[in-house]
Amino acid sequence: MLAFLLRRVIQAAAVLAVVGLIAFAMFRFAGDPVNQIVGPDTTVAERAQIRTDLGLDDPVLVQFARYAGNVVRGRFGISYQFRQPVSQLLAERMPATLELAFCATIFALVVGILMGVYCALFRDSWLAGLFQAVSLIGISLPTFLIGILLIYLFSVTLGWLPSYGRGDTVRLGWWTTGFLTASGLKALILPSVTLGLFQMTLIMRLVRAEMLEVLRTDYIRFARARGLTTRAVHLRHALKNTLVPVITIAGLQLGSVIAFSIITETVFQWPGMGLLFVQAVQNVDIPIMSAYLLLVALIFVTINLVVDILYTVVDPRLRLSTGRAA
Amino acid sequence: MSGYDLDAGDAPPVPLPEAAPSRLARWRDSDLLASFLGSKTAMAALIATVLMVGLAFASSWIAPQNPYDPAQLDLINSNLPPIWQADGQAPFYLGTDDQGRDVLSAVLYGLRLSLIVGVLGVLTSGVLGIALGLIAGYAGGALDTLIMRVADVQLTFPAILIALVVDGVARASFGGALDVGPLIGLIVVSIGLSFWVQYARTVRSSVMVEKGKDYVQAARLIGLSPPVILVRHVLPNVTGPVFVIATINLALAIITEATLSFLGTGLPETMPSLGTLIRTGNRFLFSGEWWIVAFPGLALAGLVIAINLLGDWLRDALNPKLQ
Amino acid sequence: MPRSALKTLARGVSVVAVATFAFAALPAQAANVFRFAFQGDLKSLDPYSLKESFTEGMQEAAYEPLVTLDKNLKFAPALAESWETPEPTRWRFHLRRNVKFHDGTPFTADDVIFSAQRVRATGSNFTTNVPADAEFVKVDDYTVDMVLKKPNPIAIAQFPTWVIMSKAWSEKNGVVQPTPPSATSPSYATLHENGTGPFVIAEHQPGVKTVFKKFDGYWGKAESNLDEAVLTTIANPATRVAALLSGEVDWIDPVPLQDQQRVNASGTATVMAGPELRTIFLGMDQDRDELKDSSVKGKNPFKDIKVREAFYLAIDEDTIAKRVMRGQAVPSALMIAPALYDRGAEFKRPATDLKKAKDLMAQAGYPDGFSLTMDCPNDRYVNDEAICQAVVSMLARINVKVNLNAQPKAKYFAKVLAPNYDTSFYLLGWTPSSLDSHNILYEIVGCRKPGDKSGRGGWNLAGYCDPKIDDIADKVESETDKTKRDALIKEGFDVLNTDWGYIPLHQQALAWGVSKKVHLTQRADNLLLLYWVSKDPQ
Repeated sequence: MLAFLLRRVIQAAAVLAVVGLIAFAMFRFAGDPVNQIVGPDTTVAERAQIRTDLGLDDPVLVQFARYAGNVVRGRFGISYQFRQPVSQLLAERMPATLELAFCATIFALVVGILMGVYCALFRDSWLAGLFQAVSLIGISLPTFLIGILLIYLFSVTLGWLPSYGRGDTVRLGWWTTGFLTASGLKALILPSVTLGLFQMTLIMRLVRAEMLEVLRTDYIRFARARGLTTRAVHLRHALKNTLVPVITIAGLQLGSVIAFSIITETVFQWPGMGLLFVQAVQNVDIPIMSAYLLLVALIFVTINLVVDILYTVVDPRLRLSTGRAA
Repeated sequence: MSGYDLDAGDAPPVPLPEAAPSRLARWRDSDLLASFLGSKTAMAALIATVLMVGLAFASSWIAPQNPYDPAQLDLINSNLPPIWQADGQAPFYLGTDDQGRDVLSAVLYGLRLSLIVGVLGVLTSGVLGIALGLIAGYAGGALDTLIMRVADVQLTFPAILIALVVDGVARASFGGALDVGPLIGLIVVSIGLSFWVQYARTVRSSVMVEKGKDYVQAARLIGLSPPVILVRHVLPNVTGPVFVIATINLALAIITEATLSFLGTGLPETMPSLGTLIRTGNRFLFSGEWWIVAFPGLALAGLVIAINLLGDWLRDALNPKLQ
Repeated sequence: MPRSALKTLARGVSVVAVATFAFAALPAQAANVFRFAFQGDLKSLDPYSLKESFTEGMQEAAYEPLVTLDKNLKFAPALAESWETPEPTRWRFHLRRNVKFHDGTPFTADDVIFSAQRVRATGSNFTTNVPADAEFVKVDDYTVDMVLKKPNPIAIAQFPTWVIMSKAWSEKNGVVQPTPPSATSPSYATLHENGTGPFVIAEHQPGVKTVFKKFDGYWGKAESNLDEAVLTTIANPATRVAALLSGEVDWIDPVPLQDQQRVNASGTATVMAGPELRTIFLGMDQDRDELKDSSVKGKNPFKDIKVREAFYLAIDEDTIAKRVMRGQAVPSALMIAPALYDRGAEFKRPATDLKKAKDLMAQAGYPDGFSLTMDCPNDRYVNDEAICQAVVSMLARINVKVNLNAQPKAKYFAKVLAPNYDTSFYLLGWTPSSLDSHNILYEIVGCRKPGDKSGRGGWNLAGYCDPKIDDIADKVESETDKTKRDALIKEGFDVLNTDWGYIPLHQQALAWGVSKKVHLTQRADNLLLLYWVSKDPQ
């Protein structure tokens, strides 16, 4: 087990290194950072000087080696545009993204499971059909359009909810939270729904399918035969069995929710890491781009690692196969 | 978005090969057809899909305007509302956009472009993912580890970023603006590279379960080579989940293409897909020129919902446990 | 991640926490708060970091220049009460007394001399604001002389965006040098401010929000009645408009053209539109011997004046202004806004003439046209990509097939700017930072030469070159008689226009969305100046 863990950690480190390298190779094509950090009057010669000072003229591998060396020593560099340490900028933005991802996931889970269960139990009802069709809208329109439509309806027309930002936040140590103020909570609603809609559709469909399968298995029939009430059968047995894969997927999805909050954060001007990243891409702020990608890679790799370990512990079949792989 | 698994669990056991009747006969006698005819939703979804695909591919003949030909656009006709509104004008039944582009024509042409990009993208990612998943699951060992670690790396990169790289490399090597053909190729490759992981993971986990089963052992015993076993015996057992992923991904591919153009690497505004039309049209949401975004949006939503309903039905129909 | 990395992260976090905690201790609710949203960020508080108009406007809330501009873009006294030129190469500034920096230290001549050095030091983006050859001499505590090597009538043209920093404060906090883009450690001045202006920056979260508070020790009497102003970045246009319509913010910039009617109809806000100083134009590569990415091989059609004229005449700018720009643009015959050149009105834009354009193409040997690639930014100017698309359809009428390569500005500029100038045909916008024609004749029209470090022709992406214009530009630079100077400028622009060297399109309109509760002044340089903003009390 320890050997397995160790191997996975080494692999994880390799993954991070590869992500870093690919990211670096990619930045060459993102555009020219110099033009974004100086005004138009800056002469050609001054621009060339800045490019040299930033080390942008060096070959990609040299730049990467230099960057990797710094990262290993804990230095993520200084943002070109803000002239601030990247680690500080990311740390400031992290709570916003994590709170948004958390709310979106909760929304997706609660609504997705409820709708999924309903659709499985009342498979042929018109409401189930409606749920299924409506939930498909979540994956049939681009996120940015859904977000803007929600803003149009709830902010501009009805004036109920804010259109941008986090509202008032409260600082707890280094963490800023929107959970403790009314405006903070209100500000969370629209972005969470926008971000969670896709996951909600996924979970709803998954729950429905799993429930339909479980409801037909022998032990549910047996439970029914034992004379348990329908409700007890549905909730205590069927739903419970459905939840394992659902929660696994939701867990795996958490990483991608964080990574893909980029568009939602842009639409709602949500001051999280995704927005920082988008602004960095637009301005070719390479230090922010690399640090963000490394961070997201780290989150993914960690989640994968945990899931793999849990699987190995829970499912002997997989342990057998990993054992063989060794 | 990408990166979810539909863990199929145990796939249905494959019927042992028999002296097979003709394919058509099998299809006619199968429960599949019966189930299809019994499902109104499936019928409606199929009709809608066929209709839209048909319209899309007939667009060159039926569209009043070729929206890709700049010479046919006239700024004088810009921002006209649909025909039933006060200022609507005759050939522009669904109105025009800010360049004088006929919205109806643009939707038809865009539908075609989006379908091409979506189908090709899904095919690319499907073939790639299934192949890698089969190999990883069957071979195990170092190969499996390598493929799955590559998958981890890949998952980290949003489709958008991969497209940015592919696009950047291509532009750097070809120079200047690309024609629409190569550009579609680029987007297809980007999408293919972004979405293969789900297929690979799903297929891999199914294969790992399947390969311990008796029929695979039997096939191995009678001396069939691994590729034959994989393709002829293991693959059919994982088509269910793969198909479900593919239907959702078709929609995702089309939407991803829209998001790509949002970042300036997708299809150009002069050659709009449905996604591009929505992206450019969404600027006019507040200004009252709703038709510029609404019709492409409806077309996209209709297409995606129809395909997904079809996929749902297929998934249920293919799953013997639900019958 | 190694532990040291986490430690650094944690340390960074705790610094932010402490800093913000300190701000939280300030009184929470101010009486009259102006909330405003801009599409971009206020990146750094170091006033010499980024020369860009919005940043310049924001800096002027906290910092002040020697000489400022009034509401009509005329020079007005700020930290210098008055100035004179006792001889053509000597400018004398009489400084205002009883001015205090925000940290309480008094403002003196030493601060001016220090700022003149700092603004021209490596890492500053404002080096051109103060003439490179100028020497600053302290006469007494409240008098400073600027001594030039040769006469320069526009020596103080860019003084209004050069703000004065405190020498003592800069020395104390180790920010004597401006923060260069390649800095490896953060600078105190990027997060903190110490000016003499009417507002103090109480909180600055880069890219998120900036809070300005009224400075009680201000020397003058501010026109503004604000107690506090909160800047937020809202990059997405629809969200920005929504925030204004729902009353969450009092001011936005810019309002997308298509949403202006909606804003005006809202009843709570209006659009303040006015001509901007930026001129949008098209450039045609006249430098290469073979046009890049074109069907024409072995030669460059733009070297033929007939082709340039044909392009000019085929593009129907009036329709672009009316339709694409929804009337919010002024067609331009010149590469400079008429507001910046007194004789600008003498120039007339040649009318669109498709027939003549076709004839010219035929005479030039391209009766069936040719194909080429056009570079266009899609997130830089108002409706930039839509303008390019319209140009594409218009050129299709003279059989020119244009492949439009519209890209985000980061990629667009990387392609078209020096050193590669990799473009055949492009759209660009330009505001002369000196608000003077010389800048156009020098940077956009001046001949570019390989290895030239002067900056002449630095933005001449088209590679247009006429040595006559270079001569004229040099004369314009040192001519002190306004009438003669204006005549020289006219001569320069005439040469350019007869050559059909560039295709000026229009000056786009600037459009602010302003709540009806707010009263402010909009100057044509598009700077939002908080000291002219007032808001009706609740």
